[in-house]
Amino acid sequence: MRESGAIDTIVQDIIASLKDLPGALLPILHGIQDKLGYIPAETVPAIAKALNLSRAEVHGVISFYHYFRETPPGKTTVHLCRAESCQAKGAKALEAHVKNKLGIDYHETTADGAFSLEPVYCLGLCSVSPSMQIGEELYGHSSAELFDSIINAEEASA
Amino acid sequence: MTHTVYIPGDAAAVALGADRVAAAVKQEAEKRGIKIKLVRNGSRGLHWLEPLLEVGTPNGRIAYGPVQVKDVASLFDANFVTGGKHALSLGLIEELPYLKKQQRLTFQRIGITDPVSLDDYIAHDGYRGLKNALGMTGADIVKHVTDSGLRGRGGAAFPTGIKWNTVLNTPSEQKYIICNADEGDSGTFSDRMVMEGDPFVLIEGMTIAGIAVGATQGYIYLRVEYPHAHKALNAALQKAYAAGYLGGNILGSGKKFDLEVRLGAGAYICGEETSLMESLEGKRGLVRFKPPLPAISGLFGKPTIVNNVISLASVPIILDKGGEFYRDYGMGRSRGTLPLQLAGNIKYPGLVEIAFGMTLRELLYDYGGGSASGRPIKAVQVGGPLGAYMPESQFDTPLDYEAFAAIWAVLGHGGVVAFDDTVDMADMARYSMEFCKIESCGKCTPCRIGSTRGVEVITDIIEGRDLAKNVPLLRDLCNTLLNGSLCALGGMTPYPVLSALNHFPEDFGIAGQADAA
Repeated sequence: MRESGAIDTIVQDIIASLKDLPGALLPILHGIQDKLGYIPAETVPAIAKALNLSRAEVHGVISFYHYFRETPPGKTTVHLCRAESCQAKGAKALEAHVKNKLGIDYHETTADGAFSLEPVYCLGLCSVSPSMQIGEELYGHSSAELFDSIINAEEASA
Repeated sequence: MTHTVYIPGDAAAVALGADRVAAAVKQEAEKRGIKIKLVRNGSRGLHWLEPLLEVGTPNGRIAYGPVQVKDVASLFDANFVTGGKHALSLGLIEELPYLKKQQRLTFQRIGITDPVSLDDYIAHDGYRGLKNALGMTGADIVKHVTDSGLRGRGGAAFPTGIKWNTVLNTPSEQKYIICNADEGDSGTFSDRMVMEGDPFVLIEGMTIAGIAVGATQGYIYLRVEYPHAHKALNAALQKAYAAGYLGGNILGSGKKFDLEVRLGAGAYICGEETSLMESLEGKRGLVRFKPPLPAISGLFGKPTIVNNVISLASVPIILDKGGEFYRDYGMGRSRGTLPLQLAGNIKYPGLVEIAFGMTLRELLYDYGGGSASGRPIKAVQVGGPLGAYMPESQFDTPLDYEAFAAIWAVLGHGGVVAFDDTVDMADMARYSMEFCKIESCGKCTPCRIGSTRGVEVITDIIEGRDLAKNVPLLRDLCNTLLNGSLCALGGMTPYPVLSALNHFPEDFGIAGQADAA
């Protein structure tokens, strides 16, 4: 965990570098989440002040978009595609396996903070369905076995 | 001698291990003292063969695939760098029927060139359209686009020339070009392939649009789910600026056009043009009432062209070869080519660019080879998550906007997702409603509340509760969504739901009804 003073500095730098863009709020939120992994509630007043918005407006934007999160993610985020093409190739069985293996549902993080699980509505990898993303890595032709082998390797290296 | 080896950097190939194969090829070449130039090209779109490795030979490019790391040493043993025979040999890539039968206009360079090499782009006829456009009046450029018959490839199929003409004729000190790169429809990946495989073609198309209507600023609104496209676009933008194809004085013409990529944040609704503009302005992506049209009052209240990736990427060839050249492809009022995307339970999934008019059956069986599981194809969803499910009896429909509309289906973006006979269509209908519920922006009541209620009603039907009451209730609810929603999310969710109900009533536990749609 970073000290709140360090967070303040990071956030102020991001705001200062982006606030003059037209429609600056999304770029600022992306900047903060890229750096911190989430958008801490205590950063909202500073963002609101810089853009001359109310805190409610900023919060409203953060909560509207699925990608922005207000709590820290696990060390590795698993994104499973739930869309139709992946469903046609067995995504539901994979989804059940992953939830069972990690012991969490969507939008949750394992108790040890190792994994977060998020649904995604299309990675654009429909031709190699079912697809998933683990951390930064993309996987096509996914299966329970493939998932286990990746996760076991991650755990072994942790 | 240096051998040129091509291994796609396209996300679909990467998802199947292309990066690892590329690293292994490099390492093996070094070990054996063989000089290679490794090009990370886009994907040719024959995705069942990915990672697809190619080598340049005097006779043309020879392909091998699908290649895994374990195959690399034996490929070198077979002297593949000169096109040697190997168990994975596919011969000359351009001679594969899947590719040879296509008519590639928008995708002409994809899979062939190095996506982020401006020299490669220009050597393969890139920027010829822009050079022509710089010598024309705005009205002449718009006329070429109008003459081409190009219609928006994003879903609504609105004529592109009419939209451009409105912006051209709306006086304003500032106008904008927006590329809607928020392709969030399941079963579609053509935008992603263009942005990763030939980003300059999109940049050129947007620059031409800007010059045509007098817009000096463009934005590519890109979905956050496409990080590879983000990298490729930014690399290409940098090169276009450095070489004077973007900026304050394009190729010395005195014309100005600036272009920037903006990331969305995982909201499907932001693919709707007015939500997209709200999002670009830094707000929640709530749908706007129309009128005013974005062409008159769009981004920051200024006249704005919003087109999707494929529409804008089709512009350079129209300005290169003329509107009539493009119009000569296609059927009826659907002119030019459509990049079709085959996905789901299909044996040979991939990208097929071809003139409008082929039937769905030809696409599914001649290109797709039928289902991947070998079981009968039961239903095909065309046009994304808001598109209708089509039963086998409709497979002879030609791929044409009007022919699809006539049977209450949607061609949309050209995404085709096949399901075999193990699919439960009532479950798919419920998923469609659930998707609408998750992705609704919440501005209008039919979509916000109707989708939640819709999930409940379909669940009741699936669980067999009071069908005599609940089936008519579902139809009534769909009618409200269809006619009362502000935008296509609520307004089209009834397409998958009702088509499932009408064509596959047995999956809902009810006998068939005569009235389709």
